[in-house]
Amino acid sequence: MAARKTTSKSNASAEELKAFYHDMLLIRRFEEKAGQLYGMGLIGGFCHLYIGQEAVVVGLEAAAKDGDKRITTYRDHGHMLACGMDPNGVMAELTGREGGYSRGKGGSMHMFSTEKHFYGGHGIVGANVPLGAGLAFSDKYKGNDNVTFTYFGDGAANQGQVYETFNMAALWDLPVIFVIENNQYAMGTSQQRSTSSPDIYHRGEAFGIPGEMVDGMDVLAVRDAGQKAVDHCRAGKGPYILEIKTYRYRGHSMSDPAKYRTREEVQKMRDEKDAIEHVRDLLLTGKHATEEDLKAIDKEIKKVVNASAEFAKESPEPDPKELWTDIYTDIAPQNA
Amino acid sequence: MATEILMPALSPTMEEGTLAKWLVKEGDTVVSGDIMAEIETDKATMEFEAVDEGVIGKILIAEGTEGVKVNTAIAVLLEEGESADDISAAPAEKAAPAAAAAEAPAPTAPAKAAAPAAPKPDLSPDWPEGTETKKQTVREALNTAMAEEMRRREDVFIMGEEVAEYQGAYKITQNLLEEFGKKRVIDTPITEHGFAGIGVGAALGGLRPIIEFMTWNFAMQAIDQIINSAAKTLYMSGGQMGCPIVFRGPNGAAARVGAQHSQDYAAWYAQIPGLKVVQPYSASDAKGLLKSAIRDPNPVIFLENEILYGRSFDVPVMDDFTVPFGKARVWREGTDVTIVSFGIGMTYALEAAEKLAEDGIDAEVIDLRTLRPIDYDTVIASVMKTNRCVTVEEGWPVASIGNHISATLMQRAFDYLDAPVINCTGKDVPMPYAANLEKLALTSTAEVVDAVRQVTYR
Repeated sequence: MAARKTTSKSNASAEELKAFYHDMLLIRRFEEKAGQLYGMGLIGGFCHLYIGQEAVVVGLEAAAKDGDKRITTYRDHGHMLACGMDPNGVMAELTGREGGYSRGKGGSMHMFSTEKHFYGGHGIVGANVPLGAGLAFSDKYKGNDNVTFTYFGDGAANQGQVYETFNMAALWDLPVIFVIENNQYAMGTSQQRSTSSPDIYHRGEAFGIPGEMVDGMDVLAVRDAGQKAVDHCRAGKGPYILEIKTYRYRGHSMSDPAKYRTREEVQKMRDEKDAIEHVRDLLLTGKHATEEDLKAIDKEIKKVVNASAEFAKESPEPDPKELWTDIYTDIAPQNA
Repeated sequence: MATEILMPALSPTMEEGTLAKWLVKEGDTVVSGDIMAEIETDKATMEFEAVDEGVIGKILIAEGTEGVKVNTAIAVLLEEGESADDISAAPAEKAAPAAAAAEAPAPTAPAKAAAPAAPKPDLSPDWPEGTETKKQTVREALNTAMAEEMRRREDVFIMGEEVAEYQGAYKITQNLLEEFGKKRVIDTPITEHGFAGIGVGAALGGLRPIIEFMTWNFAMQAIDQIINSAAKTLYMSGGQMGCPIVFRGPNGAAARVGAQHSQDYAAWYAQIPGLKVVQPYSASDAKGLLKSAIRDPNPVIFLENEILYGRSFDVPVMDDFTVPFGKARVWREGTDVTIVSFGIGMTYALEAAEKLAEDGIDAEVIDLRTLRPIDYDTVIASVMKTNRCVTVEEGWPVASIGNHISATLMQRAFDYLDAPVINCTGKDVPMPYAANLEKLALTSTAEVVDAVRQVTYR
């Protein structure tokens, strides 16, 4: 591996660094496996991989506490793993099986967990942004100090409803963190070709929402920014914007040939900026872990991921009767 | 253990492709993320990355080969310490059970030749006989319903444009701010898409929002949140996440407000599984159905009408009066024809029945009240008795509620029909402004009378 310049001096403990390494690598290996299962025809439809962006969710989850909520768009597998959802249930949803989080009825883009306060998984770009503010509204209404992480991309940042939401979130001091995962390409359109001003984090200024740009390939920088945003929201000071500069290594979805960027551009990011390699370097150079320790983590993750793939293959397809269930409920939901 | 690398599916529809180029050769070491080959699908040339690390033991499909089926072994990957000789022992990965779906039993065709189920209408009265009633306008009834439910549950709140300080654009939320305060009666900016989404999010977060649209015309800006977020989340989450929310406001034509402010959305929303759709006519229904809507754990579309707001009806004086969804009300019993309507269409239906009675035609008039669920049984039982049916609504004729009722009658009461069903609807035009043209664009009592004469041949 090409050496990466470690810019941030690690202020993290060995345990924390190991946990970051583990969580990011789990996402990467899980996504690689999902890509493989897609290639085998076991996963259908659209499948958007998170490879390259792992530090964003892992860094922010480090700033979350129990009861905090998260909601995102359709590149959502990483978010689910990072908040502690079971890889078996996620993978089995990807294969459309009974053991999936939505019993096979949601798929890659539509998964939820009331237990982990994960509110999707949304297929409509931008639509999850007012939903996230609504979740934050519910916490403020109930009078607790929970916050909602509302993730969206640089592409979604051009949707009108995002600004409708900024306005109301600021007006009502909603405890919502708008996390813009800027991976620089809205499907095949680069940010330069779609966005009139390059710094998206400035866009809250018109509403009085503070914002900052964060290096999304540095999990420690993400954690620190996340903590700052969370403190702001928990203190009742209203919303906060984090524009997190990141990069997706794979195509937009599995069927994207990615001709809008060069192979060299992708390779350069992988070689010089990879977030997992960064933490690996910190662990090794700081003598927090040995090569052997890390190999053991790799091995354990491989086992978990392979088990999730096996589970997702073995889990039966949903019973045909499932077609007609969950359209209406008689029970008042316990969503909170 | 040596593993086979399989020809990948690289799009939702790919079945085979061309192995255009190998970027690795036998003996090369690969790690996860390395590009191994270029594969041409029907749409594009894609790069194919390695997932596992290992050594390319053997290339099984030469570059340039066309028509390589998905899941064909194209190369063998060796792990550390293995040699190409181990290849014969490589286990073939089981092909994807793509055919599994085909093995599932075909769903039974709907209503296959079987005799249609006999209707079982529930004709019980809405309130016990002898209950005291008082005259109340639809406006007052809606207002009382919300106030009662907000007293009942702390998690019910109302949000919309001008609902608080202005007291409601149509005064439906009058005095609510005073009683419940600004935490629960919330003025929004003019931003339907945004506040509909915030409302849905709040419902997913465990609250019970009432979202008022100043008129349903403006809700078209928010329709994605209503359908994609509110109606579908329960299903997409495998039953985990319900969305108890009421979207309400005036719907349909008011008077002289032109094309963009005069549209009936009954048929639009009635098409969506996951929503419940209510369109009340009377004040007692407005009250009883709105209370049921606020208590319902599902998203409810509540379609009111500006012209009806000021009309008075008998409302029972009861502590807790509700009307269930899916139960039609028979306003007038008759034997010669069934007139089915809902909302303001009931005005024409009832007036027409009066006029027809003068000529000795005895019409039965049914108010559907809710359009999802629809009370088919009451309609079918009635048509089995009268053998004729006319439907009345203000919405457009194509794919109307009347069309759906007609189709259902064909399926479940074909042998009972003595005439084709006629649908009285709004005309197939945008609403004009001119007074005379607006009148022509709406359906009318005269049209209903005429339709009944046609189906009764009198």
